[in-house]
Amino acid sequence: MLNKYPLWKYLLILLVLALGVIYAVPNLYPDDPALQISTQKTTTVVDERTLEKAREALSDAHINLKKAELTSAGGTLRFNSGEDQLAAKPVVAAALGDGYVTALNLVPTTPDWLSSIGAGPAKLGLDLRGGVHFLLQVDMPAALKQKLDVASSEMKAALRKERVRYRSVSIDNGVLSIRFLQEADLDKAESLLKDQFNEYVYSTRQDGSDFYLDAGFTDASRKSIESYAIQQNLTTLRNRVNELGVAEPLVQRQGSDRIVVELPGVQDTATAKRIIGATANLEFHLEAGLDDKGGDVETLNFRNGSGRTARLDRDIIITGDSVSDASSSFDENGRPQVNISLDSKGGQKMAKVTRAAVGRNMAVVFIEHKSRVRFVKTDGKLKEVRKSYSEKGIISLATIQTTLGNSFRITGLDSSRESSELALLLRAGALAAPIYFVEERTIGPSLGAENIHLGMVSAQIGLLVVMLFMLAYYRLFGLFANVSLILNVVLLLACMSVLGATLTLPGIAGIVLTMGMAVDANVLIFSRIKEELASGTPSHQAIHSGFNRAFTTIFDANITTLLVAIILFAVGTGSVKGFAVTLSLGILTSMFTAIVVTRAQVNLVYGGRANKKLYI
Amino acid sequence: MKVTKIPFMAMRKVVALFSITLILISIASLATKGIKFGLDFTGGTLIEVSYQQAPQLDEVRGLLDKGGYSDVVVQNFGSPTDVVVRMANAYTPELGGQVLSTLEDNGNVSVSLKRSEFVGAQVGEELREQGGLGMLLALLIVMIYVAVRFQFKFSLASVIALVHDVTITLGFFSLFGYEFDLTVLAAILALIGYSLNDTIVVCDRIRENFRILRDIKPYDLINLSINQTLGRTIITSLTTLFTLFVLFFYGGESIHNFSLALLFGILIGTYSSIFVAANLLLTMKVTREDLIPAPKEQLEDELP
Repeated sequence: MLNKYPLWKYLLILLVLALGVIYAVPNLYPDDPALQISTQKTTTVVDERTLEKAREALSDAHINLKKAELTSAGGTLRFNSGEDQLAAKPVVAAALGDGYVTALNLVPTTPDWLSSIGAGPAKLGLDLRGGVHFLLQVDMPAALKQKLDVASSEMKAALRKERVRYRSVSIDNGVLSIRFLQEADLDKAESLLKDQFNEYVYSTRQDGSDFYLDAGFTDASRKSIESYAIQQNLTTLRNRVNELGVAEPLVQRQGSDRIVVELPGVQDTATAKRIIGATANLEFHLEAGLDDKGGDVETLNFRNGSGRTARLDRDIIITGDSVSDASSSFDENGRPQVNISLDSKGGQKMAKVTRAAVGRNMAVVFIEHKSRVRFVKTDGKLKEVRKSYSEKGIISLATIQTTLGNSFRITGLDSSRESSELALLLRAGALAAPIYFVEERTIGPSLGAENIHLGMVSAQIGLLVVMLFMLAYYRLFGLFANVSLILNVVLLLACMSVLGATLTLPGIAGIVLTMGMAVDANVLIFSRIKEELASGTPSHQAIHSGFNRAFTTIFDANITTLLVAIILFAVGTGSVKGFAVTLSLGILTSMFTAIVVTRAQVNLVYGGRANKKLYI
Repeated sequence: MKVTKIPFMAMRKVVALFSITLILISIASLATKGIKFGLDFTGGTLIEVSYQQAPQLDEVRGLLDKGGYSDVVVQNFGSPTDVVVRMANAYTPELGGQVLSTLEDNGNVSVSLKRSEFVGAQVGEELREQGGLGMLLALLIVMIYVAVRFQFKFSLASVIALVHDVTITLGFFSLFGYEFDLTVLAAILALIGYSLNDTIVVCDRIRENFRILRDIKPYDLINLSINQTLGRTIITSLTTLFTLFVLFFYGGESIHNFSLALLFGILIGTYSSIFVAANLLLTMKVTREDLIPAPKEQLEDELP
């Protein structure tokens, strides 16, 4: 019979809609402002006692706590308002002391039975939540140069060991050149280095009376250095972000040499930027002896601005990369210091070098990789030219009293902020290659709230306007279309939540726009039905062929829009991606609701009855 | 519903002239004035702050000038208490905070930071390139899809109609100096989808009529098809325009140009799906033989 669905079809539709409602419902529960307590060390844990301490401190400060609970990530303190949350942060941080990280967060209030089936609210994008978005460029040329710097010390040591006499070593444009006076030395060096350092390609040349051995990267080794640099930087940035205690951060590779960092809800953006972008590292050098020659010695200033300088051996004993743990504290005189533990390899190196150098001075050098941007006019266009450079300064220079082992301390830092940041950076690991910001977007929390409000208001008005129009124009069938439209929004939200897609302001705009476009399928069907009725077809037949004949049109029209939305997803970034997501999901859900759900309603009302007048 | 009997095809020469004029104006404006690209595409720094009381923009400029920021553009953004500062200064991570403290004028004024954005010149250039490529790719895919599902003449006609819509919308943005940022690019791509949707509905009806009606000239057939789909075209455009007006007026400043691009684009898109695509089909002398054999009948059986 025409216009009747079998029972299973109705049940299936009901099931889909019920699932849609269940998975969309969590979006109705507003998030609680909360403090997240976590710990970075294995020796400290967050437990009931920690929460109790926080509770006491809060009640002393007369701040209302909504709920305190232990979670897998640590502890969560929920508050009734954002003001309470902000006021509570310093109180809790002070009460718990070092070793704990307290971070502002928004936690969902989804009821347990819903979260146990995996339902939760859709993620909000930075433009709705506030926070920072960074795009960092990994400075690959600098990474290669750093690698060559290290290689040059090692090659020199190897040549000295085999008593091959070289004059000097220089690094220029990704090529390391060693100068020799004798061709015999060059030949010996070439075979020695080719054997020991096989990740380079070697070539020889003669310039006047000098012989040169040039070492450059093979394509394979260049690629592996680059991919190591980005992997290592990702790890380091993740560690640093964890140290910041941000809830739900995103640290992700983008393209071949970029990293995206997103920190939702971060309010102290200045600190976040300083920690993330920090390129500080330590190097340990021996002071040069009086008879050491020019090329092996570099003269550095002390960082305290006293104008003092020291001559240091260019060879590096170890760098901050060998540090396995670091913490900041104060020495006997109340000056800031950093306690350092080395990993076993670094400890051995340190012990080996210092054993042979008791009585000599060792310098701790603080290095920061920076880059300077200049604008140069070429062909009438302003071009950005970036030049990387390192700033080095001696933190301390002290006599080696005895062989140093795995742990020791360094002093000579300016302030406790500097010592604790240095400790944090050493703990999190240094960046394998310098990075710099190529894009930054900071959205204040007030703008986020404002955007949510704007989005909600326009969605509600948009829905209302479209529904009134449909009702006025198509009467009972308009009502069918409106029910489908509402269910479409519900399903769309459910899909967003289930897929973990991020909702942004352009995303909300996409939903509003979808409302306008989603009724199109129904408009197509209804105008077909009207046409059929006008040509004298009985109402049952009119409904049937109206739906059938409109289908291919709807299908073709929607698929093309979907294709375009997918391209938009590939091209767009951040919030625009959010638009592409809601647009494409909206197309899919609207095809279901406008065709299947509308048909079910029409069938329920008109199916099985004799040909009746249609209110269309 | 009565099917209208508007002689659309009789107006084809006038309409063609109108479209060509619009396109020429657009191209002229794009060539001479160019598009005012937003921060996303040019690179640079932008800081949006909110004052408690509406400030005098001249005073704000003076403060920034005194603070050593030259080459600064200061504008209101959406409301008199919101101010946007754009600058070409080389970026440092501290810039946002520094500008904010300059604007606070030693604590005399209460200003809060709403957002700060920095886009490197290289990133901007890449986004521009990617955006352009995306647009071309979208047109290409659409062309292939329509060629497969319909026929080559239909594909050419709908893509030319799309290029028509996009060019005129870009021209509109260029001529009136509206800022073109990432959201506007998104709007243009969405517009490609929407306008195509409209065109396909008309083409679909033309194809169907070619199959059903035997003794009718293509000229009259196309005219009939447009009239048959006119009701739907107008109603869908209306509901979409309604929601866009809502976004335009209530969606806030940051999606203002997005809604504007779509509002204008959908007007043009509706016009082009009525006049341009069908007009081109007639010019290309579309015939019944172009569409036969038809694979369509099978699909109709797979209905829900």
